[in-house]
Amino acid sequence: MSGMSKIVKTSVNILFPLTMIFGLYVIAHGHLTPGGGFQGGAIVASGCAMIVVAYGSKWVFKQINEKRLSTFESIGGVGFITVALLGLVFSTVFFGNFLAGSNLLFGTTPATGSTGADFNTGGVLPLMNFAVGVKVIAGLFVIVLVMAYASSVKEWDT
Amino acid sequence: MNIIDVLIEQSPALIIAIPLLGAFLMPLVSRINSTLRNIFGLLVLCLTGFFVGILASDVLANGPRLYIFGAKDLAVPMVRILFEVDSMSIFMALITMVLAFIALIYSWSFMKDHDGLDKYYTLVLLLITSTFGMELTGDIFNFFVFLEISCIASCALIAFWISEGEALEAAFKYIVVSAIGALFVLFAIGMLYAQYNALNIATLANVLKYTFLDKIILVLLLVVLGMKAGLVPMHMWLPDSYGRAPPSVTLIIIGATLASFYGVLRVIFTLYGNVLSTTMRFSIPLNVLVGWILITLAIISIIVGVAMALVQSDFMRLIGFSAVTEVGYMFLAIGAGIAALGTPYATTALQGGILHLLNDALDIGLLFLVAGAVYYTTKKRSLDDTSGLARNMKYTTVFFVIGFLAVAGMPPLNGFASKFLIYESVYQLNPILSIVAILCSILMLAVFVKVFYAVFMGPELPAFKNVTEAPRSMLLAMGLVAALAIFIGLFPNLVIDALVKPAADALLNHAQYIGTVVGGI
Repeated sequence: MSGMSKIVKTSVNILFPLTMIFGLYVIAHGHLTPGGGFQGGAIVASGCAMIVVAYGSKWVFKQINEKRLSTFESIGGVGFITVALLGLVFSTVFFGNFLAGSNLLFGTTPATGSTGADFNTGGVLPLMNFAVGVKVIAGLFVIVLVMAYASSVKEWDT
Repeated sequence: MNIIDVLIEQSPALIIAIPLLGAFLMPLVSRINSTLRNIFGLLVLCLTGFFVGILASDVLANGPRLYIFGAKDLAVPMVRILFEVDSMSIFMALITMVLAFIALIYSWSFMKDHDGLDKYYTLVLLLITSTFGMELTGDIFNFFVFLEISCIASCALIAFWISEGEALEAAFKYIVVSAIGALFVLFAIGMLYAQYNALNIATLANVLKYTFLDKIILVLLLVVLGMKAGLVPMHMWLPDSYGRAPPSVTLIIIGATLASFYGVLRVIFTLYGNVLSTTMRFSIPLNVLVGWILITLAIISIIVGVAMALVQSDFMRLIGFSAVTEVGYMFLAIGAGIAALGTPYATTALQGGILHLLNDALDIGLLFLVAGAVYYTTKKRSLDDTSGLARNMKYTTVFFVIGFLAVAGMPPLNGFASKFLIYESVYQLNPILSIVAILCSILMLAVFVKVFYAVFMGPELPAFKNVTEAPRSMLLAMGLVAALAIFIGLFPNLVIDALVKPAADALLNHAQYIGTVVGGI
């Protein structure tokens, strides 16, 4: 896939940071608002797919290393299980929420009643959302990239 | 509390967690070194096997064990995911463990020359994880999740030899059939949840009232799980997938198929256990109706499987059809067990069916390993292209003889032990069933004698003058299965008393399964 016109590229330049911010927001606020690691990751990955469409897979391939992306994907998966196993270590059950109510990271107990959302709550949930987010971003982006690459192989030959 | 108690208490979660962690670490480990990757895979399985072992010894001694995810005890609004391990689950987990071990040892040499092995091992570990999950879970939605994981992982593995077009076709067929099936399961689970506000198998079984919706749910679950197990009207994916996947993978897919069979047992005996004696129209009890439907399908499976195997010329596809026959025998046994629920021979039939689970996995597995070895050395799939291999592949030939005699149910081997239990008990329900089963067993022998002559006997072809014996790790894997087959054949009582009887009792005693959860609130 080769790049598209200057108008598209400029629009993507403007839209890309906004998409990133929105996606990361959805990941980070997964324990408070609708969405979470998977949904936010899909948003970020679709932002990356936008780059692939606008600039062409050939250009994107030059910029990034797809091996590193698959490493990130593994790290996301390993992080998820590690947090679950830490629950086993610190609260004696697998997936135990050992951070909730501990006043450490994300450890505040949320106030009851109609209060504003407190970001510093949820225990291990935000950590798991981050792990899933990393996995989904890397995984989906690598899928899009490989598909774009495969469909452009013929184009490269000519 | 000493360390072993803690480990046993945590083992249901760790049996899932360790292969899953291994699967995600695999791409990172593979970057270092391929030998390290193989050792890492085996290490992960050894650790899992250790936990399966200690959990098995505990469950067989002390009864069902409960594991609650994310909390120390069951809170009153039961939203927790539970793992409930009884003797039947642990029996299945042991089978999966054995198959996974052997498949991994076999993969060492068999897959050596392929690339993309980091993905291969990741998917294999994911498939093993999902199989364990289906077998140990006590939550029906969780069962669906693991069913989906196993669909996707098996599909990718079936298509692993993607350069052969047929592999892609088989994988596509598999994913279409099983994705639609999984949606049916989800629909059934949704109806259960809408009616009873619970997803827990034990809780659901306790409150199930057998309404009109429950009838639909039973049909949906049986159809889909029967399809995933390879029962006849929906068996068409099975020979394709078994025949086209790399044989090392086929072994693990057999494990996943058996997990679906376990799902059938769980649905009938536990989920619908309380209502099995409900009388239907024309005063037929539910168990007789379900039992005879399963028996009919099983007999058709047996006949179709063996008849289709007779005409195949592709070695692995032929074994795939004989796998359909073996699935038929298992369904025949449990169908008889359900139809005659309460009589002594029903228990025998159930035990025969459960023992046949293990024997089918070993025998069909062994045949696939042999077919893989033949493919590895000759690169030929068709029976027409191979001849006289016994001259150069002595050990493989011996293992093939053991494998086909076991599948055909010849006396000194394991197939005989379970098939005899099945013939004996089914005969008391209806002699014709038993006669058909025995006749098809003899036909099966005929099928494999043909294969034996086509592949291993006969004149030596010039192209195969220099073929060598299969590599050592493949021989080791085949030898292990053959040794197990002979051992179970010589001492079936040991296995029946230690594993099969507790498993059959656990299925029949659904009150205990329910009481472990519902009594615990």
